[in-house]
Amino acid sequence: MDERKGSEINPTKYGTTVERKSERELVVTRTFNGPAQIVFDAWTKPELLKRWWAPKSVGLSFLSCEADVRTGGTYRFVFSHASSEQPMSFFGRYVEVTPGSRLVWTNDEGDEDGPVTTVTFEERGGETLVVIHELYPSKKALDDAMASGSISWSGEQFEQLDQLLAAPGVSVERS
Amino acid sequence: MVQYSGTVLDASFAALSDATRRGVLEQLERADASITDLAEKFHMTLTGMKKHVGVLEQAGLVTTEKVGRVRTCKLGLRGLEEEAAWIERYRQRWAARFDELDKLVEELKQKEKADGRKKR
Repeated sequence: MDERKGSEINPTKYGTTVERKSERELVVTRTFNGPAQIVFDAWTKPELLKRWWAPKSVGLSFLSCEADVRTGGTYRFVFSHASSEQPMSFFGRYVEVTPGSRLVWTNDEGDEDGPVTTVTFEERGGETLVVIHELYPSKKALDDAMASGSISWSGEQFEQLDQLLAAPGVSVERS
Repeated sequence: MVQYSGTVLDASFAALSDATRRGVLEQLERADASITDLAEKFHMTLTGMKKHVGVLEQAGLVTTEKVGRVRTCKLGLRGLEEEAAWIERYRQRWAARFDELDKLVEELKQKEKADGRKKR
């Protein structure tokens, strides 16, 4: 992949990248313009987490946000969703909490198929690189997660595919 | 930006780069259809449509089944182009969150600065 062209689509250095690292893993990276302690606080203090975790475009709004962020503690986020009368709950357990640098939690709402999420915070010269690593229990679990958000061939998805097609690094043979 | 192996996706993206083939997928989403039906609908020759369907089939987007003299096409949504679209939506969801988080980080930085000044 051409790095220079890549930076043209992500004009800021604060772009979000996602990679399916293996059959079972997704990795998200993003850099924030602030020290690790502040970014970590935003992930671990419920009153702060609530302010960014569910932006309008995601279609969810918080009904409650409980998080006991310490090793062995639990969390439960309850959302309302425009397309559903039933609230949606996301919950799990913090497997590891290392203040300012590392968070590991389980995602238990999907029974045993949920991933284990590891987030690391790495400060470099006043900026913080955040890496989110989601490890699914099996290839099938990740494939199923992707299929459950299955797309229908509506215009919107085509627009997204068009954007993908327009991205450098994807060679398309015109036939 | 989505990162994936471009070579693996070539067949799928090549299949989707053509407006007729996208039209065929939209048509098949509504109902299965024979190649003859599709050729009529898109004002094409049977041979031309067969070629398009072949490309879609190779990319895993469409499956066909011959019953008697009629070859029926149906949507065979599997594979990497679906994964790429999913990953892109997943990325957009995180990106939307992070835009909000940027604002919050900025606010907390300002607050820390102001608190620091007060202490002095």
